[in-house]
Amino acid sequence: MAVVTRDGDTATAAGASRPAAASRPMASRLFASRLFSSMAGLDLLARIWWTCLSISLFAGLWEFCWAMGWADPKLLPPPHIFLGNIAEQGKFFNTATRWQVGSSMTEGPSAFESVLITAGATTARVFVGLVLASVLAIGVGVLVRYHRVFDRLVLPTITLLSPVSPIAWLPVAIFLFGIGNAPAIFMVVVALFFHMVLATINQIDGVNGNLINVARTMGASKPQIYARVIVPAILPGMLAVLRLNLFGAWMVVLVAESTGVGYGIGQVIMLARNTFNPSLVFFTIAIIGVLGFVFDWLLRIAQRRILYWLPDTTERLRGL
Amino acid sequence: MAFEMTPRFSSKDAVVCRGVGKTWAAGTKRAHEALRDIDLDIKPGEFVVFLGPSGCGKSTLLYLIAGLEDATEGRIWSFSEEVETPSPERSLIFQETSLFPWLTVWQNVSFGLSIRGASQEERRSVAAEALQRVGLIAAMDKRPDELSGGMRQRVAVARALAMRPKVLLMDEPFAALDVQTRARMQEFLLDVWRDSGASVLFVTHHIDEAVALADRVVVFTSRPGRIKTIVPVDLPRPRNLFSREAEAMRIQLTELLRDEVDRAFAEQEAFAVPA
Ligand SMILES: Nc1ncnc2c1ncn2[C@@H]1O[C@H](COP(=O)(O)OP(=O)(O)OP(=O)(O)O)[C@@H](O)[C@H]1O
Ligand SMILES: [Mg+2]
Repeated sequence: MAVVTRDGDTATAAGASRPAAASRPMASRLFASRLFSSMAGLDLLARIWWTCLSISLFAGLWEFCWAMGWADPKLLPPPHIFLGNIAEQGKFFNTATRWQVGSSMTEGPSAFESVLITAGATTARVFVGLVLASVLAIGVGVLVRYHRVFDRLVLPTITLLSPVSPIAWLPVAIFLFGIGNAPAIFMVVVALFFHMVLATINQIDGVNGNLINVARTMGASKPQIYARVIVPAILPGMLAVLRLNLFGAWMVVLVAESTGVGYGIGQVIMLARNTFNPSLVFFTIAIIGVLGFVFDWLLRIAQRRILYWLPDTTERLRGL
Repeated sequence: MAFEMTPRFSSKDAVVCRGVGKTWAAGTKRAHEALRDIDLDIKPGEFVVFLGPSGCGKSTLLYLIAGLEDATEGRIWSFSEEVETPSPERSLIFQETSLFPWLTVWQNVSFGLSIRGASQEERRSVAAEALQRVGLIAAMDKRPDELSGGMRQRVAVARALAMRPKVLLMDEPFAALDVQTRARMQEFLLDVWRDSGASVLFVTHHIDEAVALADRVVVFTSRPGRIKTIVPVDLPRPRNLFSREAEAMRIQLTELLRDEVDRAFAEQEAFAVPA
């Protein structure tokens, strides 16, 4: 404990050693209690239980309508039909591999694998696009506020382009990148980038001026102020923006895929539409739903990890 | 503590203001004169309290002296150097708490050292020492969110002290504290002040606090803030705040302030009702 040995004063030493020594076991105890305490476990179980209940209720209602004959199984097939036969549904997935010259229906990945490959490919595009867009947007946003000339040069164009619907960029994506992963990722980046730049600038302008002034009085340089005050201060807002834009990213990637840009879930939806296959449509919707749910959940975990200092406010309004 | 009643320019003074004025948003329609014609000399090691009605520009003057804002009129020097930018030699403790929420208490306190690239060990030991002085050593590894308002303000004091400033600018630092804690903090501040030899410029609304702390009390007029008068507090330290002299001092300051507060209110009311 360097704190103690450096300081001759015994009072300071005694005082200083206490919290430092206490902090480590406390931290590990906290960690353990988070993971293993029955309370936390019960909490998680309860949340899973409610999620399952919520979904079962919805599915049950649907099945009920089908059983009563209100829902036409040809148009609105209930979950047990469209989820029941993955082998049948899997035929339509990962068609890119299947349609390669020389591959027959029996070669290549199994139906289940096909579904996984397709879903994985789409997810990867969303993920890569999201990361690229965030890094670019935060970088450009910070630069806009950092350099006045850059601001003047770049901001008008960004403001002009931000209201353009990402769908309008689709032809551009195809002109520039042809088919494959690149155009789909490009679409995700374009859909998020402009909004996120403006959001970053907004967040920077909203940083508490006192925090910046504290750093200034302590002799921090401009780069130090940006790196140590402004970026951490805008992170919470930026992650919130990212989570809100996740929806947009999924929408755009499906559109990009459905217009023949590469292969993926979007393409399967298009196939289902063109072949009038409601069962496949609902199967794909279910997959997208699950993927979106998992994605949001992972992002929330990341958010809690990165923003360790924010108090948990989810329960704040419960007692009202 | 030698001081003169009549301000006199001396290049060795801790702070020298000459004809300082500040107009916010100068040159626009929303121009707003906050300070006018401030002449002030603060000796090294002097404890000066600013007293004045709310909105008269006390915080503004501290910002100018800290170098965070530029004066629109006049010039400011500190230890014979003109104030142009903020400097670690002049630490400002803000009216609202301003700790970095993403850093622990000790990291907040040693933020200035980390800017200079000090090692983790040095930072931690300096932080421990500063926190020891404000009685918060046990909260070292907590986050600001986990502290009470008063504790946060004490951390802010520790953070300013860790910079070992020559001029300590304090903007109503104890306004949020209870009477007991405030008395403790005042004693502690006087100890620190005596040990460090720094000049302290201290803003408060509390006349008791002014009498307890100050070598001189600068009384401001209502907006635009000018110096109404400077009252020397010739009470021996440690002070007996229940003495007759202390009481007389409080009465004198109360009288001086009352007119200005009345005027400030009248003006702000006129402001609220469009003519
Ligand atoms: N950043 C700013 N921009 C524009 N006007 C400001 C700004 N800060 C302060 N003012 C104005 O300047 C005047 C003086 O404000 P200041 O904060 O210095 O008052 P104060 O004496 O510290 O008041 P209080 O005791 O209530 O803290 C006020 O009328 C206020 O409206
Ligand atoms: Mg103020």
